[in-house]
Amino acid sequence: MSTTDPPGKSVLATTTAAEVDRPQTRPQTPRRKGWPIAWALVAPFVFFYGLFLIYPAIQVCYLSLTNSDIAGQGGFIGLRNYVELMRDRDFWDSVVHTIYFVLLTVVPNTAVGFFLALLVVRLKRLRLPILSAFFLPYILPVSVVTTSALWILDANFGIFNYLTGNTTAWFQDPHAAMPAVALVTIWWTVGFNMLLFIAGLQNIPADCYEAAAIDGANGFQKFINITCPLIWPVASLVLVLQLIAQFKIFDQVYLLTGGGPYNSTTVVLLYMYRQAFQQNRGGYASAVAIMLVIIIILVSAVQFQLLRGRRAK
Amino acid sequence: MKERQPSILGATCTVLTVILALIWLFPIYWIAATSLKPETQTIAMPPTFVPSPPTLESFVYVVQNSPIFRWYLNTVWVSAVVTFCSVLFALMCSYALSRLEFRGKPLIYALLLVGFMLPFSTMAIPLFMLMNRLHFVNSYAGLILPQIATPLSVIVFKQFFDAVPADFRHAAVIDGAGEFRILFNIYVPLNWSIIWAMGIVTFIGTWNNFFWPFIITNSTPMLTIPVGMTQVQSAYGIAFAKTSAIAVMASIPTAVAYLLFQKRVTQGVMAAAGIKG
Repeated sequence: MSTTDPPGKSVLATTTAAEVDRPQTRPQTPRRKGWPIAWALVAPFVFFYGLFLIYPAIQVCYLSLTNSDIAGQGGFIGLRNYVELMRDRDFWDSVVHTIYFVLLTVVPNTAVGFFLALLVVRLKRLRLPILSAFFLPYILPVSVVTTSALWILDANFGIFNYLTGNTTAWFQDPHAAMPAVALVTIWWTVGFNMLLFIAGLQNIPADCYEAAAIDGANGFQKFINITCPLIWPVASLVLVLQLIAQFKIFDQVYLLTGGGPYNSTTVVLLYMYRQAFQQNRGGYASAVAIMLVIIIILVSAVQFQLLRGRRAK
Repeated sequence: MKERQPSILGATCTVLTVILALIWLFPIYWIAATSLKPETQTIAMPPTFVPSPPTLESFVYVVQNSPIFRWYLNTVWVSAVVTFCSVLFALMCSYALSRLEFRGKPLIYALLLVGFMLPFSTMAIPLFMLMNRLHFVNSYAGLILPQIATPLSVIVFKQFFDAVPADFRHAAVIDGAGEFRILFNIYVPLNWSIIWAMGIVTFIGTWNNFFWPFIITNSTPMLTIPVGMTQVQSAYGIAFAKTSAIAVMASIPTAVAYLLFQKRVTQGVMAAAGIKG
């Protein structure tokens, strides 16, 4: 059992890094000439992983320096794609739209997840059905979610506008479209965040609350001084996962608005998709993909610093 | 006095939670209700909240006028093969990483980290070109192969294998058991619950995957359900009952899988995020 991590507290981002760095100091098993069998065990995974993940990852870097079409025909043109990208207004618009979407979803989705977790975790007999109710949308295919959204938020016949006396054409109005996509995304995915928060809340030792109760703390004080600081590691994990996930927005936008109205919801991956499969510019689209990866890495690094600073306090 | 106050507050909270949960479920109910209405009733104002009388005509229409069963079969086949291979290969790889010393191990760790940081969708273009060259566009191979290697499962299984006492393997090695036998006769049975959990989560994830099937298929008989249903919608135009019916059919398998294996799904989702349940 000595190799077990303390249950519940391990957080992927840190665990994996730690695991990689940790020297293999297991004083165990008789050594035998193990490497052929070891390689036989890892071979199938490494084969698929290398061919369908690592190779394309390298290839996308190279392609971004070529003028290839989508069949891969084309020559090396150096950094010309990137130079063009710098001046490509449509690309920068798509970056702005993506960041707008990220702002609309990351913090609200985390906050709503936390709120729902607080509501669910105190239930006893109703807990499982209520938890399932909030989590169920998460296991639906994205196209089912968007079909429901298009129907419920339909401008003329949708039940939402009927019940609220609204006349907004949610996915046709350039100002309403992105918030509507964000709202649908939160409804769809918040169950996942809620689940992580529930796990985090359950891991807060009951002694802490008992000790606080003896000291005469009321519910609000307990929440501020015990729950909030102790849930922070989970909250920062959720924020990191959310940030990376929301930058990759494609499916919902493609299915709900197709990037419209007036390109107001064209996000980076949608722009990449159009360049690759509609304009037949595989090289240029690869440069867009590389830019997205760079943006994600930069923003995650900044966020990581911010969250760490917060934790240190 | 102090004891009673929270219970009133608590009851209010519980009632609010239940109401919120019902609001949360309403879109799902509304789609199910719409699918059971005749088409004319869906756009009648004021809307009818309970289909009266419920009718299956939209389902009949969809089954007769779209290759939905073919899409079902495609999705079942793709999800089953991906789940089986992905879990099996991840088990083998994570066992070797957890229990054996061999050359190249640090390289595998490094590659796993790279895989975490790169979003799959940014590699869609070279992957599509590769599939094109291999003539795998619009084929099961094209749908299945790129989804098999899941680094997440490897990391999760490795954590669980690390927690198995080393003596278990030690004893088996002295008894002369080979590594494959140790893996499948000792390590796999000891970790059944997490293997199940990751299997179900992989299955649901593959079933629901939209982006890759959308990129790699464009011929109607090769589509999976999540992609296929969007084609039907554009073909029908405005036909809310029919699109609702196909949405219900598309989500029944995953919804049933979730409701049957709720605990496992929860465990798998949390393990995948790095929290041991």
